Order: sequence, then structure tokens, then C-alpha cells
Amino acid sequence: MKKILEALEKDARLTPEQISTMTGTSVADVKKTIKKAEADRAILKYKTVIDWSKLGEEQVWALVEVKVVPQRNVGFDSIAERIYRFHEARSVYLASGTYDLAVLVAGKTMQEIAVFVSEKLAPLEAVQGTVTHFILKKYKEDGEILEGGEGVKRLPVTP
Amino acid sequence: MSKSGSSHIKLSQSHISEIVRAIPPSGIRKFFDLLSSIEGVISLGVGEPDFVTPWHICEAAIYSLEKGYTMYTSNKGMPELRAELSGHLESRFGLTYDSEDEILITVGVSEGLDLAMRAILNPGDEVIMPNPCYVAYPASVSLAGGAPVQVPTTEENNFEITAADIEPRITQKTKAILLGYPCNPTGAVLSKEELTQIAELAKRYNLLVVSDEVYGRLVYGVEHTCLATLPGMRERTILLNGFSKAYAMTGWRIGYAASDKEIIGAMTKIHQYTMLCAPIMGQMAALEALKANDSEVDAMVRDYDRRRRVIVKGLRDIGLSCFEPRGAFYAFPSIKVTGMTSEEFAEKLLWEEKVAVVPGSAFGQCGEGYLRCCYATALPDIEEALKRMGRFIERHRKK
Repeated sequence: MKKILEALEKDARLTPEQISTMTGTSVADVKKTIKKAEADRAILKYKTVIDWSKLGEEQVWALVEVKVVPQRNVGFDSIAERIYRFHEARSVYLASGTYDLAVLVAGKTMQEIAVFVSEKLAPLEAVQGTVTHFILKKYKEDGEILEGGEGVKRLPVTP
Repeated sequence: MSKSGSSHIKLSQSHISEIVRAIPPSGIRKFFDLLSSIEGVISLGVGEPDFVTPWHICEAAIYSLEKGYTMYTSNKGMPELRAELSGHLESRFGLTYDSEDEILITVGVSEGLDLAMRAILNPGDEVIMPNPCYVAYPASVSLAGGAPVQVPTTEENNFEITAADIEPRITQKTKAILLGYPCNPTGAVLSKEELTQIAELAKRYNLLVVSDEVYGRLVYGVEHTCLATLPGMRERTILLNGFSKAYAMTGWRIGYAASDKEIIGAMTKIHQYTMLCAPIMGQMAALEALKANDSEVDAMVRDYDRRRRVIVKGLRDIGLSCFEPRGAFYAFPSIKVTGMTSEEFAEKLLWEEKVAVVPGSAFGQCGEGYLRCCYATALPDIEEALKRMGRFIERHRKK
């Protein structure tokens, strides 16, 4: 199971046949394992990591620190849900430290994000305060270095 | 009266030492020159990882430079590194080596091999080794004034050297057995049972065993047995290992030798006059490599294993017989279906399909009829190379 998913995590486009070769598992077992992982939501989705700036597309990201009042019985979960249901909130984490929720927000413009924070996020009843950090530059995304990937500098033949 | 200036001196072969002249030029070198003249080549000809050294190791080395660690170290290597290695060998294999006089830090395993041979061989002493084997083995023996005695190994026998094959080649002059498993170029490994039989032989005939275990961390589905762990073998084994393959640190040039203090003392004598010490920057990096947990090494091994399976299946699918390599990062397929020699095949393949492989004959005459294909290469490149090789085989299959 782990072997199969590790291969898939590196490259979501691998076919069951390829994974079967790579792991020494039968194609049928690979298919079954993946199906089960999908059903259990161990595999959440298959995505492509794109550097949109290469296409000249404007995309603005902000990390918003949110301080909230936890609620009886549900703790932070219910306010987190209120927040993560907004499509602008791309990732939501409960964090230790000086604030409670870390929310990664994406938008087309700074204005769009500002509106979301000031009109949707900040006014929520349980939210005590927000601090918005606009992302100035992305260096690494999902384990991939965005710029300066220089490849391997090996001699073509060595003993 | 001689004329002024040295440009009039006529150099000839006679100026070169007879020992050096007798050593054949490396078959790999020739190929390298050819390769650099062609564009768009996919190379399966490398002998090193395609990972860059893990960053925490590089970062530690950079930090040490910033801190001013730019001097010589003790001849034997930094005491901290030797102590860490001693602990590493203890925890990994249950072996105890005194970090003070039983461990020597070398400039890669290459230097360790050279030192070992020079430390133990008298002129004419024989060293038994498998064929095919790593290119430096016979040369290191010859350069030390000894005589390499090669034991043929075959695909049918999974390229394993056996005690039964070694014994008839033992003479009065035999000083040592040189083993390099997991094996470059074949990817073969030796099981504990086979090693035990060789160890018994070494004890019976009072031979030393030089064991190059630099690929010891890169095994797939089998356990690597460190020769020195076998009963009675610690005293007579010169264990050579290094950081190049497991930690993707080839360019740092750090290896080590562990053995009885008599032998390490003798090797250190040569090392101190010829090398002084291994570079401190590399030693600092090696220290960090040992201190960290092995999760990155393990991840690299799993990654090699996936590619190993792809290349072995791929080579078989295009009609080449390929024994299953259990170690290192090489596949060693047979090209007998084409009737070509290894060199002919490799050269034609390079010109016609732009895939570089190393002819098996570069590793000894028993490598003739085989190719060394390194799978420490990006997966899409392996797949493309297999496609191209498939086309090539179709065209050149013996009618």
C-alpha cells in the first residue's frame, strides 16, 4: 500500500501498469489499492502544480492569521468550517502559537483578497482579529523549487 | 653540452614506468571522448547517483567553511568523524573498531583500495578477485606490484564469486581476496551463506580479505552482510566504505577503512606521506551525514528500487536477458541476441539511437557480451532509452 501510494505521490500520472512494474505488485492489486485509498479519502485528489506566473497570469496569495474564540463542545472546528467553506480559503490549518487558524487565501488581485478578509472573514462572530500577510514571492511549492532548478551536473560516463 | 630549455628533451615511452605502461587504458575514457561530440544523448553510462547531496549535509559543510574550518586535519581524519564512524559501525553491524587506531579516513574508497594494496602486497603477491569487476581493482593490485588473479563469474551464477571457484586459484603467493559486493558493474550481491564459505576459505589459507562495501546501503529486498561481522573475520578483513553512493556524495571524496590496527597503521603510513589527510570540508559533510537520521537515504533507496524494476522489466521486454540485480544501481543485460561485441554495440547504439551505455568488456573479459546500464537516471529518461534500445535491438537481432 505504502509503496504504491509513494510512487503515485511522486507522479500522479503513472498508470497502474507502470506502478505494478515499479513495486512488483500485480496490476489488479495496484488498481484495488488505489480504489480503496480513494474511497477512504487517503487519496484526496490528483492535482498539477503550476507556476502561473510563467503564463503571465496574475494570482495573489495571502497568509491570514486568524485569532478566534473557541466554542463550547466543538472547540475550533465549527469556526474553522465557517472559514474553509469559502472557496477563497485554499488551505486552513489550526496552529499553535500567537494565533489560532492559518488561512491561505488566493485571489486575482490584492483588492479581491482585501474584500474577502474585511467583508467575509473578519466580521465572523467568533473571529477576534486577523493579520494579513501578502505573499511576495514563491520559492518552493509542494516540495518543488520554482526557480533555479538547475538539474544534475554529472559527467555522462563515469566508472 | 645540453641546449638551454627543456623543449628539446625527447620523451618516449621509456620514460614511463614499466608498471604503468603495462596497465591498459580505461575502456570508459575512450567512450567518454566519443560521447562529448554528440548532442541529445541519454546517458545510462554514469556511475554515480542522480540525487544532489542532501541539503542538510551541504549546509553543514558551508557552515564549517564560514567558521574557518579550512585547515589540515589529523592524518587519520578528524577524531569526531572517526568516533562517529566507530559508533555507526557498532550500531549498524555490531562491530567494534577503536576510533583511535582502527579507522582511517581516506579520499574516497579509491584511495582506501590503493592504500590497502600497497600496505599488504610484496612484489608478485597475488590477489584473487571476480571478473567482471570495478575497473580499479586489477589496476590497484598491479600498481602496488602485485598480480591480479581473476575468477570468472557468469550470468548463470548471478555473477557471484564462489569459494569453490576461488580455492583452485589459491597459490603460495596468494595474499588476499578482493571483493566488491554489491557489485559495480553487475549489481550482484553475495548472500551471507556464500560469504561464510569464502570466509572459511580465507581462514583456512590465512588470507586477508579486502571488502569494498561502498554500495552496501543500496540493496533491494535482501540484507547486506558486512564481511567483517562473520566469525573470525574482523581481524583479517580490510573493510572499505565511503559516503559517495549512500549519501550521494561522490564529489566530496570521503571514504574510510576499518581494520586491525596493524593494517590501519600501515595504511596510515602511506596515507600521511602521499595524501596527508582527506579534505576537511568533505569530512565535515560526512560527519553531518552520519549524525542525521537515515530517512533521506531510505527514500533514495526506495526510489532506486522503483527504477530498478522498470529497467529490468524493460530490458527483458525488448528481448535482452537480464539477471535480477539486487544491489548498487546497475542492470547488466546480455546482448548475445545481436552477436555484437559489447564495444561494437555500445558505439553503434550511441551513433544510431543516442543512448550511452558502458560496454561490459570495460570491466573484464567476462563482461564481454553485456552492457552496464545505470538506472540512477530520471525515470522518463530510462523509459525513453528503453524505447530507443528496443528499436535498435529490432534492427540488429541476429538473423
